[in-house]
Amino acid sequence: MLRLEKLVKTYKTGDQALKAVDLVVPDGQVLALIGPSGAGKSTLIRCINRLVEPTSGKVYLGDTELTGLSSGALRRERRRMGMIFQEYALVERLTVMENVLSGRLGYVGFWRSFLRRYPQADVDEAFRLLDRVGLVHMADKRADELSGGQRQRVGICRALIQNPALLLVDEPTASLDPKTSRQIMRLICELCEERGLAAIINIHDVALAQMFVQRVIGLRFGAVEFDGPPEALTPDVLTTIYGEEDWEATIRKVEDDDSEIEAAE
Amino acid sequence: MTTHRELDDMLGKGWRKPPFIRRAWLRYTILIGFAAYLVAAFLTIEVNWARVYEGLERGKQFILAFTSPDFTSRSGDIWDGMVESIIMTVAASVVGIAISIPIALGAARNVAPLPIYLACRSIIAVSRALQEIIVAILLVAIFGFGPLAGFLTLSFATIGFLSKLLAEDIESMDRVQAEAIKASGARWLQWINYGVQPQVMPRLIGLSMYRIDINFRESAILGLVGAGGIGATLNTAFDRYEYDTAAAILLLIIGIVMALEYLSGIIRARVQ
Repeated sequence: MLRLEKLVKTYKTGDQALKAVDLVVPDGQVLALIGPSGAGKSTLIRCINRLVEPTSGKVYLGDTELTGLSSGALRRERRRMGMIFQEYALVERLTVMENVLSGRLGYVGFWRSFLRRYPQADVDEAFRLLDRVGLVHMADKRADELSGGQRQRVGICRALIQNPALLLVDEPTASLDPKTSRQIMRLICELCEERGLAAIINIHDVALAQMFVQRVIGLRFGAVEFDGPPEALTPDVLTTIYGEEDWEATIRKVEDDDSEIEAAE
Repeated sequence: MTTHRELDDMLGKGWRKPPFIRRAWLRYTILIGFAAYLVAAFLTIEVNWARVYEGLERGKQFILAFTSPDFTSRSGDIWDGMVESIIMTVAASVVGIAISIPIALGAARNVAPLPIYLACRSIIAVSRALQEIIVAILLVAIFGFGPLAGFLTLSFATIGFLSKLLAEDIESMDRVQAEAIKASGARWLQWINYGVQPQVMPRLIGLSMYRIDINFRESAILGLVGAGGIGATLNTAFDRYEYDTAAAILLLIIGIVMALEYLSGIIRARVQ
């Protein structure tokens, strides 16, 4: 379970990105975080694993409070939080396998990682995950040879091989086409269900969020404006989150018709 | 309809890029001032044309020597000088690059904390401020004539060059790729190895090749102040007015530099 208490982030420029956010995410819940650009979505998930240092407030992952941890203890806790990024954030000049195995860096010593001599269990798990996302034949390709959808699937493997309790997902579909976006969202949600993972997914595409998640949080100017099931997102609610617009087309029911994930190529 | 009146004013007017310096008088003052300075500066150069006329003959001999370079009569000296230069180059490059890498990491603001950053930047500033010849004169004074002084000079100069440029590459790397490695709970060294090193490796290899090239050329100069290498042989040839031997040495240096250039082109294309 993840619990945020009065989480505040004020940047050096004086911008208040988060204003005392309280949030509880139970085990296994997949949650979408929506809101306009600059609402603090990215800041919120980066404050949880402290890629951005929160100004004040508390973050509990299970029983551990994260904001006060020393750097060594923080590293150990980061292993329990897998992160998936907007532009995939794969290390482009490393192979797919190295990228996946880099999710184990928190568990192996420096020399093992430097010499790329990972424990057999890690290597097996990496192959299993790559097979699950249909990319096992790409293991020795360099990450920059992959298409966008393939890269994001490698990013998912990298997050999952950490064996996390929580996934932090930052705009996973922002640079993908509509079909691939759905495939990626479905994959993330399926994997969360298989493994009983909680997830916070930042997402711009409201319709896509509605299709896949159990709970939606609307963020506006660094404060929670909406917290409820996806069906409760009415045009009025979207207006309070984003401002005045015609929302009918955005929330109309989208049929979910495309096939299971196929390995591209 | 104010917007329309504005638009009407603009239509049919033509468009020019706004000038870099907006105030016209300042713009023209700077331009005219610069031109005047240029003319004045040229007028202060004194040329002794009689001396140039005499010198032309020596210049001609020197250039003509390239048509009949003499590789043979001093071949022993040339060979020894070349071997010494190559040893100096390789040793100084290896040592210099090895020392440069940690200093470059320290001099990259996005990797190192402020005190380490300032310390490493200072080392780089000192190394860059002191020109090779000056360092070589100092080191020859300390260690005596010979390639040891040359080796130390080139190592020292390599640090300033490579650390600075590598640090700049580290500072301009893609932050998110490195962030992703950090988010997995990696240690600092693992973070460098996985998140930073792959991003800067092509640049490091390219710069190293270029520095080897520079070190070899510098080793030919350092001999002039007694720091060993092919430069010492070249200096002797000049002192004895043996232009044909000097030409042979220069041709060898040009050949080796071109070979290094070709090699570094191949290597850089490979590591992209």
